[in-house]
Order: sequence, then C-alpha cells, then structure tokens
Amino acid sequence: MKTPVRNASRRAFLKSSAAAAGALVIGFWLPERQRLAHAQGAPKPAIPPNAFLRIAKDGTVTVIVKNLEFGQGVTTALPMLVAEELECEWKQVRAELAPAGPEYAHTAFGMQLTGGSMSVADSWTQLRTVGAQARTMLVNAAAEQWKAKPEACRAEKGFVLGPGGKKASFGSLAEAAGKLPVPEKVALKTPKQFKVIGKPTRRLDSADKVDAKAVFGLDLKRPNLHTALVLHPPVFGAKVSRIDAKKVTTLAGVTHVIETANGVAVVGKSFWAVKKARDALDVQWDLGPGAQVSTEGLRQQYAELAKQPGTVARKADDPAAIKGAAKTVVAEYEVPFLAHAPMEPLNCTVEFRGDSAEIWCGSQFQTVDQAAAAKALGLAPEKVKLNTMLAGGGFGRRANPASDYIVEACEIAAKVKVPVKVVWTREDDIRGGYYRPMFVHRVEAGLDAAGKIVGWNHAVVGQSIIAGTSFEPFLVKNGVDETSVEGVSDTPYDIPNLGVTLQSPKSPVPVLWWRSVGHTHTAFVMETMIDELAAAAGKDPVAYRKSLLAKHPRHLAALDLAAQKAGWGKPLPKGRARGIAVHESFGSVCAQVAEVSLEDGKPKVHRVVAAFDCGLVVNPLTVEAQVQGAIAFGLSAALHGEITLKDGQVQQSNFHNYPVLRMSEMPAVEVHIVPSAADKPTGVGEPGTPPIAPAVANAIFALTGKRPRVLPLGKTKWA
Amino acid sequence: MIKFYVNGDTIEYLADPEMPLLWALRDTLGLTGTKYGCGRAQCGACTVHINGEAALSCSVKVADVAGKRVNTIEGLSPANPVVKAVKGAWIDKDVVQCGYCQPGQVMAAIALLAKNKAPSDAQIDEAMDANLCRCGTYPRVREAIKAASAALVGKR
Repeated sequence: MKTPVRNASRRAFLKSSAAAAGALVIGFWLPERQRLAHAQGAPKPAIPPNAFLRIAKDGTVTVIVKNLEFGQGVTTALPMLVAEELECEWKQVRAELAPAGPEYAHTAFGMQLTGGSMSVADSWTQLRTVGAQARTMLVNAAAEQWKAKPEACRAEKGFVLGPGGKKASFGSLAEAAGKLPVPEKVALKTPKQFKVIGKPTRRLDSADKVDAKAVFGLDLKRPNLHTALVLHPPVFGAKVSRIDAKKVTTLAGVTHVIETANGVAVVGKSFWAVKKARDALDVQWDLGPGAQVSTEGLRQQYAELAKQPGTVARKADDPAAIKGAAKTVVAEYEVPFLAHAPMEPLNCTVEFRGDSAEIWCGSQFQTVDQAAAAKALGLAPEKVKLNTMLAGGGFGRRANPASDYIVEACEIAAKVKVPVKVVWTREDDIRGGYYRPMFVHRVEAGLDAAGKIVGWNHAVVGQSIIAGTSFEPFLVKNGVDETSVEGVSDTPYDIPNLGVTLQSPKSPVPVLWWRSVGHTHTAFVMETMIDELAAAAGKDPVAYRKSLLAKHPRHLAALDLAAQKAGWGKPLPKGRARGIAVHESFGSVCAQVAEVSLEDGKPKVHRVVAAFDCGLVVNPLTVEAQVQGAIAFGLSAALHGEITLKDGQVQQSNFHNYPVLRMSEMPAVEVHIVPSAADKPTGVGEPGTPPIAPAVANAIFALTGKRPRVLPLGKTKWA
Repeated sequence: MIKFYVNGDTIEYLADPEMPLLWALRDTLGLTGTKYGCGRAQCGACTVHINGEAALSCSVKVADVAGKRVNTIEGLSPANPVVKAVKGAWIDKDVVQCGYCQPGQVMAAIALLAKNKAPSDAQIDEAMDANLCRCGTYPRVREAIKAASAALVGKR
C-alpha cells in the first residue's frame, strides 16, 4: 500500500512519541534567558543570537546546525538553505554545531536526532524561513534608517540596497535589525528562483579538516582531563566475578580501577598508561548464557524458524495461489552481523560537577543521550549540557536508544569525580555489539507459464532492533518490527499474493540500525530474487523489473538512466559481467549497475553506475559524494563484512579480520542524478547503500550462473 | 631520555620509551591532528612522516624515533609546493566527508607525491592502500592526487 511517507518508519515513531510527550515545536526565536546563554562565549553578535542564526558586525553569518556532522555534509547543506533566502554572499557563511536543546528538535518529531537520511528535509522549510525572516528584518532596519519604505529596499549579496543608491552591509544593520519584531509570515522562493540551492557547492568544513584544525570528540582537551578505558566482558551479558587489580593500581599514570555495570574501568593520565594497565588486569567472569551463542547455532535456529509460520507482516490476498504455479523458485538467504566501525572510535567526555554536568560527544541522538546521561548522573536533563562534537563517522552507531557509551562514561565520571574521557579501542568497537542483526530470509516464488509472478511467500527471521527499546510502542506494530521487513512488505514491485512473515528471536547480542537499516538485507534478497525470476522467465533483468514497476515512474526513470549510462546490453571484455539492482529507501530511489570480474575466484568490482532520484537536489556535490560513499560502505559489507561468534565470543577484533574496502578495491563510480520535478528533497545519506550488494551478486550470476544468497560474497570462490 | 624532532622542535622525552609515537604526539605533545583508528597499522589514520617517509605512528615506539625527524600534519610547511598542491586539490575536489582519516590521507599523499610527482593509478593504489576511509572518499582522493600531480608537473 502506498502511504504518503513510506520511507523511514523511525519517523512514525518519533511523531507519535512527540505527541505522547506533549512536546512543543519551538520556533525561531529563543526566550530571552536562552538567548543570553547562547551569547556567552560567542563573539559579540550584533543580531541577537537565536537558535539558528547569528550575524556579526563584520558580516559573518553563522548558521547553527542542529544535526550531527559526521561526513554527510549538513554543515554545508543546512547553511545553503539559510543563505538562499538571506541573500548573503556564500563566503560570509560559517557553520557551528548546536548543543542538545529543545529548540533543535526535529520539526515534526519533538527530539533532536540525526538519522533516517532526513536532516535536509527536516530543515527544508525551517531554515529557509529563518533566512527569509532575518532578511526581512535587515531590510526593515535599513528602511527605518533611510526613512524609506521597506518595499523600496531589497537585499542582495550581503547588502541592503535602497532608493537613491543607498547601500548598507548586513553587518552594519545587524544590531538594529535584531531589535525589530520577527515577521510572522514570510514568502519563500519557488525552486525556479533558487540561486544557492541546487548549485554545486564545496563544503564549508574542508579547510579545517585538511589542516587538522577540526576537533573531533577524541581530540578534546580540557583541564585535568583523565582517560578511561573499560574492559568489557568477553561474552555479551557476562558479569565480573573477581578482579585482581593489585598489579595495576600501582602502575605509573593509573589513578582509578573501578567496576562498572558492564566491566572494569581503568582511569589514568594518558591513553597509553591506561591501555597497558587494562591489558594487565586480571578479571574473572561469570559468563552466563551468552557463552552458548554461536553464529552456527543461530544459522540453524533461524533456518528452522524460516520454515515455520511467523507473525504476519503482510497478508497475501490468496496464499494458495502459488500452488498453481508452473514454476516455483525456493531460496534461502543469509546475512551476518555487521559492525559500523566508524574511523573515529567511540568516545565521550564527562565533567561531573555534583549539581550539573557537561558532556562532549559526537552524538546522533542528543535528546535521548542527554536524558540518559542525566538519569545516570542523578540530574535533571537541563542540568546536563551536551556539546555536539564533530564525529569521525557513525553510520547509526552513535544513535543508540540505550546510549551505551554515554551512560558508561557518566557512570565512571560520577564514581571517580574527575573529568574523564572514555575512549574505546578499535577492538572494543568491533567486539562491542550493537551490530546490524544477522538475518535469514526464505522466499518461495511462483511463476505461471508466461513467466508472470502468481504468488510469493517471504519469511524473515532476525533479531528486532526495536524490541526492548523505548521505541517499541511506536515501531513494533502487531508484533512486527517494521525495520525488519521494510523493503519487502512495502515493495513497489507488482507482486500478486505477496505474503510476508516475521520472526524476531532474541539473543544476548545487542543489535542496532546500520546505514539504511532493514534495507541492508531486504534489498539484497528482493533484488537477487527478482533477478532470479527474470532468468527463470527468460527475460532481461532490466525489462523484467520494468514490467513489474509500471506504476512507479521514479523507479523506471532510475532503471533507464542507470542502464543507459552503464551501456546495459553492450559487450564487455571477456570475463566481465554486469548486474543491476534498484531500491527505494528514505524517500529516494537508487538504481545501480555493477561491472564485475573474478580474480582468483573472488569478485572484483570495476565500475558502478548509479542513477539516483532524491527529489529536489540541494547540493549536487554532496549528493555525488554520499552516493559514492554509500556504495563504498555497502561494498565493504557485500564483499567482506562479517561478525561471527563462537562460544559467545566475537571472533573479529580489528581491521585485519574485519576488513573494510581499501583504495585498490574501490570501483570507478559514476553518479547520475535523475531529473526530478519534486519541490522538496528526500533522503541522500543512506539510499545508495542497499542496491550495491544485489547488483554485484547479480553480476556474479551473469558471470558464473551461480546465485549468491549468502553475504559476504568475498568468502566464496565463485569459479 | 630520548631525543627526537617533531615539526622542527627538539623533544627530550622522559616517559615510557615503549609508548607508541602516536600517543606521545597526541597525549604528551598535544598534537591531535594525528588520529587513532586501529592501533595496529591497519588503517593509516595515524600517518606521519619520519625522516620524510610515510609511517604509521601507532606502531612505532618512541624509542625507535631517537634522533629522527618526525613531521605531523600540523608541521607541514604551507610554502612547500607539494603541501600546497595536495591541500589545494583536496579542497578543490571537495574530498573530505567526516574528515577523521583525512590528515592521514593527506600525509600519505604528500609522501607519495614528494617522491613521484606523476604516480600511475597502480602507484596511487599502492601508496594509499594503507589509509582506510569508511566514508568512501576514495574516488575523490584519487582525483585530488591526480589534480595535485598535474599542478606539480605543470610547474616543473
């Protein structure tokens, strides 16, 4: 069924959650008290500071960005929205990350977060309105000074121009403008009038990042700041039974060794001192039931469950229709646990001052993390200032409903009573859980004699990301975690008698969303199965898809553009083949054609052509970068990514045994934006990830006649 | 006491000689431009130059740099033509995303181009394969190295 917003089901939760909490969407201007708070430490702004915009006397326009910047480019795209309406010069514009605050909540959902590929769409009206309001106030201030009619004045390139050649800079007008009332109604430009939006615009944060002036959470310097590392249990859910810390507490540079809710923390003066001490700790663990978990055991359990009836996620009109099929294809698919492995390992700095606290971390979930920190510290949320730091990637790991690493840092800070930066090593990160869940799918699809689908039974088995979190009441409907079946139960393919069931077994392994969430596995299954049916029907994979997408013009256009640019159907050098996939997620549609060969039997991806419809494009340079990056991220997982467990222990620990894509494996990527008449943007950060694994898998089929149904693809010798 | 040189300054180091250079730079000298990513020479985020060669500072002990010249991202001379070409190309090609690995990428690219002003694709792969980027900036890193190369060759 087609619903108006069919992308992130997270959005549905957030909306309901905000309504339930009676949350208020706070407008543009802050109450006086908060304005003063914002003014502290800031270079004396002339326009009174408000939630999103400051204009200084020197004309600098600072846009305060409410989302986390972790690569996706919000510190460029969101200022572009303001600049479009403000009529300033782009070179006047700076960006700054907002701390946690109710005024920075998502406009519909009442909480501050970065996820669901929705940052630009969320700020689309809000920040253009901010720009238009500020421009109107600057014009009104100039008109007042010149005793002219506001209608006789206009803003252009950072100046207000008036009758008789009068001209005043935004900086010179800012103070006076700040004293004027905020216009309630402002007219916004139509897309045809855009001068900034849609123009390829280089990032505002490049120079600082190239010069290493950008400060990430891990780089934070504070007086008397201690470093803490935590020895986490070797098995999920294990408890400390005995600690022998004698050898460790006397080591140079070590100040504290304390037991925490999930391990043993070592605190000291430097990373290296603390790391050496942690390595020397002698801890005995009560392993508990977590020690029974193994990937092999889960595989057998899930495969068995997939053959049994599950909770209905989508009911087939006629479940018996498949019995009349001329040809039936039955396939079982498996995808592993995946770690996010952002380049900057997790970290969080806490200064606990007894009746208040200050936190620095690259959080995707400021509202949730602030509340969790407050609870851990026994404070009211408004007593906890959460500063958003630049984050070295995140991919979902820094948006944890459990706020695991933040709560742990608060627990340690409260106990040791010194400022503390909790640092995760790469090993802690890879073994720390909160993975993309392992999934098994079982699909039975029936075709009639003409190759037309007559029925499709689809069983999905895998842990629920949402169950047990505060999101459960909103995102688990009739026993179905929507993030487990998104991309299957709402497929755009015209599949008669599609039945989808879900089973969500529990395990001690903590799971979490990972760039594109459920689509990471549902796109792989749907797009390889459709390819398989095309072959079974004797049809071309592109033509077959198009025949099932007649009512979906965006999908058709993306398929056509990708196929055309990739030279679909044209000859390739011997030993190379193409595979195609198309998938919709987060409101956008991405089609990809992968060109693959085998080297020593393993897939080598040479070229990927992507066609992407993300609605109205704000910054084409960012869109290209995000699709390239999403393909690299998805290809890492498609070729290599796999977290496995044996006797409850994670068998990977660092990039040597959890490899991610390197330069020499990166294909040439072409990103083509599908022309769109849409009047607003849709998701950009995630939708490029889902299609790559099935595109590569389908190319492997074209090369070998073998159907890849298990990820990662790189662990199989295909020829 | 271990004596070595960081960005032209003489360092007389009295702490643990076993400490990886990375942590001496970050925690002792406060030079946080050199990043921690893996701690076992797998990711390249900690790339510095030791006597002009790209090196992974997480896996070099302070004891091993005695008498050597260490250069970090903070110590790059803006007047150096290779530095200028690389940084300029990185901005022009809009390479960075999260930016965390980029100091390491820039250090590796400078070390490459200082030796070989016109590297082939295979030589770029070889030099840059030690530097991981989870954001997937590889295509633009490659483009930027080629642009920097063109600028350097053009100047010769």
